[in-house]
Amino acid sequence: MLTKRIIPCLDIKNGETVKGVNFVDLRSAGDPVELAKQYVIQGADELVFLDITATVEARKTLVSLVEKVAAAINIPFTVGGGISTIQDVDALLNAGADKVSINSSAVRNPNLINEFSKQFGSQCIVVAIDTKMEDDWKVYVKGGREATPIYTKNWAREIQERGGGEILLTSMNNDGTKKGFALDITKWCAENVAIPIIASGGAGNKQHFADVFSLAHADAALAASVFHFGEIPIPELKKYLKANEINIRI
Amino acid sequence: MKVVIIKYNAGNTKSVENALLRLQLQPIITDDADEIIRADKIIFPGVGHAQTTMRYLKERNLDVLIKSLKQPVLGICLGQQLMCAHSEEGDVDGLGIFPVNVKKFISNNNCDKIPQIGWNSLYNVQSPLFASIPENSFVYFVHSYYCELSEYTIAKCDYILPFSAALQKDNFYAVQFHPEKSADIGQQIISNFISL
Repeated sequence: MLTKRIIPCLDIKNGETVKGVNFVDLRSAGDPVELAKQYVIQGADELVFLDITATVEARKTLVSLVEKVAAAINIPFTVGGGISTIQDVDALLNAGADKVSINSSAVRNPNLINEFSKQFGSQCIVVAIDTKMEDDWKVYVKGGREATPIYTKNWAREIQERGGGEILLTSMNNDGTKKGFALDITKWCAENVAIPIIASGGAGNKQHFADVFSLAHADAALAASVFHFGEIPIPELKKYLKANEINIRI
Repeated sequence: MKVVIIKYNAGNTKSVENALLRLQLQPIITDDADEIIRADKIIFPGVGHAQTTMRYLKERNLDVLIKSLKQPVLGICLGQQLMCAHSEEGDVDGLGIFPVNVKKFISNNNCDKIPQIGWNSLYNVQSPLFASIPENSFVYFVHSYYCELSEYTIAKCDYILPFSAALQKDNFYAVQFHPEKSADIGQQIISNFISL
């Protein structure tokens, strides 16, 4: 049976791993290649690298870092940050990334989702949504700095219709709080959108992961600081989830 | 040992190359017919769209070449699907090595997501390709299309329905999952292929 995925996220700035608390106040958490290798040993199912400064400063994700990571690990990883052209995607996939994640560029030009999935296959196109609760859940862009009038539920459906392979859903309300994932919008997406949903933002303890899988039906759960700083060791988390009858790879 | 990875547009050859480098091999990545013919082992990797990829292969006559190979050939993911008779992805005819159809997963509810993405377990594993691979080993899948079960099935997997996680016919081997991304189990499968 297909298992639920545990995905550490490595936010990258200037080639180093950082984790933002509500997207500001970045503190360093080490060398991304070394961290990646550690996570493979621990049993992470997949990794995500987000170049969090790429969109804001219009920088391209570091292809050389992707090459180093690809040489070092034998599990899948996704790269995101500042991707907006076919050439960007091609360069990252050729450097060894398995999937790319697009965010602001897809909101600006939703046709990118169609173009990328046609060219590379939808399975390697992850569309990330940064979302915040207002009158309903709304889409934010540029690393959560800029509001849009778009409703998250509509956007999630549109991503699927345009050929996106997965949705990486980050709740800005929950991110950095360690009070748990945004179960309501995650559950809505999991039940109303036919592509996998990766829940992100708010993981603080093992129960939060169990909840996002069993109550919100997420396909994968992503977290950063709780893994980077060893607050939740992945082997312990997976054992806990399995004991709670969640399908997990051990 | 000369190992060739067939190069084609939009294919993620880097991951397969890295997996072979970890086995102390120096693979050649090429779409050159002579290089391919002279290889001891040939890997036909795959990330991409069936229609786009078949067009690329045909433009270089690689479709005819691959079919005629006598050495061990390993198709991976889209590589496996293109070795089949026909794919629903872009309604395109494949190489026809396996007389098997490639179909799109159809979900009856939104909980069975398409594509299947993640780690799933293999069962009924047979063939030297899976030497020392235990039943129910986890490997990594990313796909919206699947190869039907057939007499050539050498490993099964369940997602929505049972499908061929791996196929073999004569010197042609193919896997739907990504051994190059399946941690130690995957590395063992690639090593087994190299030892064939």
